[in-house]
Parts: sequence; C-alpha cells; structure tokens
Amino acid sequence: MNSRQVINLEFQLKSGDFEFAGEASSQIKRIVQQIGVKPEIARRIAICAYEAEMNVIIHSQGGIIRVEILPEQTDLYVEDRGPGIDDVNLAMQEGYSTAPDHIRNMGFGAGMGLPNMARCSDEFTITSEVVVGTKIHMTIRHI
Amino acid sequence: MKLAEVQTILRSEVLCGLENLNREIVTACGADLMSDVLVYTKERTLLLTGLTNIQVVRTAEVGDLMGIIFVRGKRPGPEVIEMAKAKGIPLMITELSMFDTCGMLHSRGIRGCSERVTPDEL
Repeated sequence: MNSRQVINLEFQLKSGDFEFAGEASSQIKRIVQQIGVKPEIARRIAICAYEAEMNVIIHSQGGIIRVEILPEQTDLYVEDRGPGIDDVNLAMQEGYSTAPDHIRNMGFGAGMGLPNMARCSDEFTITSEVVVGTKIHMTIRHI
Repeated sequence: MKLAEVQTILRSEVLCGLENLNREIVTACGADLMSDVLVYTKERTLLLTGLTNIQVVRTAEVGDLMGIIFVRGKRPGPEVIEMAKAKGIPLMITELSMFDTCGMLHSRGIRGCSERVTPDEL
C-alpha cells in the first residue's frame, strides 16, 4: 500500500435488517486482507465492525459505519440515530444486555458486543445521548 | 484433525464445502451465542452449534472459523447454505446432540476454547 493512500468506505445500516447484517464487516475484512493487513489484525478489524453493525441493527433506529483505512491503522466510526444508551458504564459490563428474546434466539444480545469491541481495538471511545444516539470510534493498528 | 475425519466420527452429512474437508482443526467451540464464539475462538477452530440462521455463517467468516457442524440434525435454509458456499465455509449436519458431539471430538484430542483469546493471539 502506498504510504499516502487512504481508503474511505461508508455503509448505511438499517434497523432490523438481519439479512444485510455482517455485509459491511465482510467487505471491510476483504479489503484490509487485499491490501496486506495481517490475518490476525484483519480478524480483529472484522470483529469490531461486526459487533458494531449488529448493535446498530439490533438496538438503534439505523445508522452508519464509516471506515478509514490508513497504511498503519484502520479507524471505524459508528454512529446511530438513537435511542441512545442511558448508562454507558453499565452497557460496557459483560453480560449486561437490553436485547429482547427474539434477538437472543438469533445468538446475539448476550451483552458481549461492546466489551468485545473494546477488547479487539487498540483505542475505543463511546459517547451516547439518550434519544439522540450513540457514537463509537475504534482504532485498530496494523502493526 | 482434518474435517474429513470429523465427518466420519460424527457420521455427518456434508451440505457444502466438500473441497475444503482437508482443512486441519485444532480446537472446537460448542455455542449458540455468536458473541461468545468471537470472544473465545482462535484460528483453526470448528464451530458446533444448534443455531441455523445466516449469522452463524457471518460469524464463521468474521472469526476465520474452519467450518460449522449443526448438531441435533438441525438443517439450515438454502440461503444459509448458499452464503457458506460463496464464502468457502464447509457446513455439516450431525444427528448427535451437542454434548455427544463435543465428547466424541474431545476424546479424540480436539480441545475446547475455554481460555479467552487475548488480542495478541487473535
């Protein structure tokens, strides 16, 4: 990858669209693999993107995931349109979940999504405003 | 252990990915919670699950899993098989329960993913 090259991608995420869920992560993973990011790092990027995608699709009224791939790192910016998280510290605890049963029946909503994103990224920031929405920024370094 | 051997042990039906049954697995993960799969699995892992939705294939793709065994004879829909085919992920069905499936593979040397994977090991 040329040192000045930056790849920008953007994916719209629709609330409740489980058919599409994972498609953005799949494409992101393919691209970082193509530019030569190591498999274990590509896997971490894909896990961060996938958990974020699922969260937006499950919990929010829709949102967007923007990806900036630089030679040295990948940045994921996730933004949704609400309802926001009342207590972010509580939501960051493993096992805490507000997902309804039909989501749990799909194998999600176990309260591992946010902690998993924090674990797989090198930098993780989350801000949320009730009603307005949630913003997450993750950085995964390539080296 | 190769996936072809797993197929023989579990008397599994192969739904797709016959060309990838020479893949070598080291560990297996029995789970119906896909986030847990992403927390605990390492590379060269086989997923054993009772879930048959499309997210199982997505999880396998994101987590670089070697293949998927559906336990208790659970059969995924054609859209799930099509996606797995496109992504080169072998799918198999066994009539055995989750417990028996895990036991049979464990007794033959396949280990679980009981230790959390640190980011360095991912």
